[in-house]
Amino acid sequence: MSEHRKYEIDPVTGSPVHPHTWDGIGELETPPPRWWVLTYVVCVLFAFGWWVLYPAWPFVSGYTKGILGFSTRADVAEQIAVAKAAQAPLNDRLAKADYTVIAADPELSAFALAGGKALFGENCAQCHGSGAAGNIGYPNLLDDDWLWGGDFATLQATIEHGVRATTDGDTRQSMMPAFGKDGMLTRAQVDDVTAYVLSLSGQPADAAAAERGTQLFADNCAACHGDKGIGMRETGAPRLTDAIWLYQGDAKAVAAQVWNPRHGVMPAWAGRLDPLAIKKLVYYVHSLGGGE
Amino acid sequence: MTATVTNRSPATIDEADIPVWSHRPKVQPKKVKGPIRNLKWLVMAVLLGVYWGVPWLRFDRGPFAPDQAILIDLPGRKAYFLWFEIWPQEVYILAGLLIVAAIGLFFATAMLGRVWCGYACPQTVWTDLYMLVERWIEGDRAQRMKLDRAPFSLKKLGKRLAKHASWILIGAMTGGAWILYFNDAPTVVPALFTGSAGMAVYGTVAFLTASTYIMAGVARENVCTYMCPYARFQSAMFDKDTLVVSYHPARGEVRGKHKAGESWEGRGHCIDCRQCVEVCPTGIDIRDGLQMTCISCGLCVDACNNIMDRLGLPHGLVSYDTESNIERVAAGQPRVWRFLRLRTIGYGVVFMAALAGVLYALVARAPLEASVLADRNPLFVRLSNGDYRNGYTLKLLNKSNQPQQVAITLDGLAGGELSILSHENEVSPLIDLAPDTVAAVRVFVRLPAGDWAGQPLDYAFTIHDPARDLTVTAPARFEGPQK
Repeated sequence: MSEHRKYEIDPVTGSPVHPHTWDGIGELETPPPRWWVLTYVVCVLFAFGWWVLYPAWPFVSGYTKGILGFSTRADVAEQIAVAKAAQAPLNDRLAKADYTVIAADPELSAFALAGGKALFGENCAQCHGSGAAGNIGYPNLLDDDWLWGGDFATLQATIEHGVRATTDGDTRQSMMPAFGKDGMLTRAQVDDVTAYVLSLSGQPADAAAAERGTQLFADNCAACHGDKGIGMRETGAPRLTDAIWLYQGDAKAVAAQVWNPRHGVMPAWAGRLDPLAIKKLVYYVHSLGGGE
Repeated sequence: MTATVTNRSPATIDEADIPVWSHRPKVQPKKVKGPIRNLKWLVMAVLLGVYWGVPWLRFDRGPFAPDQAILIDLPGRKAYFLWFEIWPQEVYILAGLLIVAAIGLFFATAMLGRVWCGYACPQTVWTDLYMLVERWIEGDRAQRMKLDRAPFSLKKLGKRLAKHASWILIGAMTGGAWILYFNDAPTVVPALFTGSAGMAVYGTVAFLTASTYIMAGVARENVCTYMCPYARFQSAMFDKDTLVVSYHPARGEVRGKHKAGESWEGRGHCIDCRQCVEVCPTGIDIRDGLQMTCISCGLCVDACNNIMDRLGLPHGLVSYDTESNIERVAAGQPRVWRFLRLRTIGYGVVFMAALAGVLYALVARAPLEASVLADRNPLFVRLSNGDYRNGYTLKLLNKSNQPQQVAITLDGLAGGELSILSHENEVSPLIDLAPDTVAAVRVFVRLPAGDWAGQPLDYAFTIHDPARDLTVTAPARFEGPQK
């Protein structure tokens, strides 16, 4: 290290030239400006300060925490708390407001819809779909056909207590007998009833079979589904005269449902969600296009 | 660390003696008087007056919009310029203004050289202001250099403290005025002093105080020389007919000291008094010719003319002139000013076109706009009676600062029926639009099954404002099961 190299001075710039040349091209060793050197030193010192104050070095398990105790997770929790506090006045107003009051207040309405949409995505979309269009066996919430009713109060009752929910005594109960499987109707009779049901919604069906099915329907089905299949919301019995089918509306699907019906279950949300959340959900579902 | 690297250094230097950083001499510009200096004072006063004064101008926009003539409302996502109001989606207008400014700069540079740098650039204006304050407190060039060399004393400390405190105060006023463009000035100024103005305001003021102090007080000409990209690409706009600060070597050389009464025969008019160097705010010697470091402020012109007056010689040894004129004068020909050149005409045309484009965009700005967001999940819903229904969110932009009402109708969808959420039971309802907001209106369009032919139907929503007789149409598409 004691051997110091001699650098030539470039006559034009006055800068030293590095003794090593690359293909005959030398490189100037111009000293950097003072501010640059000082900024560099300050940055190095800043890094040391950062290591002491903030989380920095990883260990095999864990890391240096820093004396300020900063953590991004705590930071997020704080931001969420701030956001919740900011929503508090609107939530308070919403808790006191009637559904009709919400509908008349654009600010409250927009807040309830935004909250309802988020809650729907978290809790309901798994069955009803993120667009609430439902699926086979899971009702479409966008259309104008409701098993139990689509006004605010009924929607709220359905969400709070669920459908065939085992945990809730006030849940909505409806049970269609397994006419074929339990031997109440023969295969031929099921087919005749099916033909009649199809004719109710104007679908093509064997007229003779439908004729034979008319009496069978009156005897076995009309008690719940109503005269001529207009449905009955008290029992949750679907209307059979329209274009909406929970388990599809073709002959095979209808016959299968008469033979051995499927029954969907919806959990009771009271207790899982607070009343305010349910209120937002009710308002949101009501706004989807089928609200009554 | 010990050796300074200059042209007078030995031909070689020991590796260990190369300094860690370069030792650049401090520029201590001398005071100068003259018409160009007066023009610069005037420009500086006007620009600083504009900067500090404009936020206080009021402009009545009615009860629903701020009454500050120029205001950039960041939380509200609006910018107000006198009659004009710019929304975030119209930022292209601001981009257009930047393009106009850039081309205006090119034009001015091609015509007059770096006049922007020398007169109007904030770096120049604020540096000039800081130097003025420095001169008041520490004296002119010679006194300042003497003070720099002087050992520590209470007097030196006092002067230094006074200077830096004044600089920081000017910096704080600069940062303090900047925030006025983003806040209501009469409200935020008292709030600033009572500690209730918010972190963003204090942070901005602190940052701009520091940056003004560093840029105009400490870094000064180094900003122009090392930081500013414009200084580097100015040469692309220059040609031989661009006005630049020029030394006339044909008249000035051979330079040398001159005693009163001596003949001017056989020598140049430059007496090597170095006044042009001493007044230069960037510390260069204009006699070396056009340099990147020259900000074209022309103070050396004043300095040299003052000397020429004393010597009884004509002005203009250093002057604003063009490269081709220097050659002509050297060859004994008269000066020719060619301001109309392909370059200046070209920049001028592009400048006018860009300006016209921005003005058109501002004037033709629609006060009401609508866009349609069709529901995609699901595309359509089948209803009990077999009809199809599509859901849409209409975004209605009320870009006026008054509340408005609009009616929404369907155009070109035979059999289609419109219903608007929260207005289902009203006949042809008027939708309220709050001033300066985007309203999101949920609508449902229902089409009888008999009107659905199996192919998507293109139609439009018509948004009509009866009060202002404005109509906007927004294209939409009706979807159903395709055959």
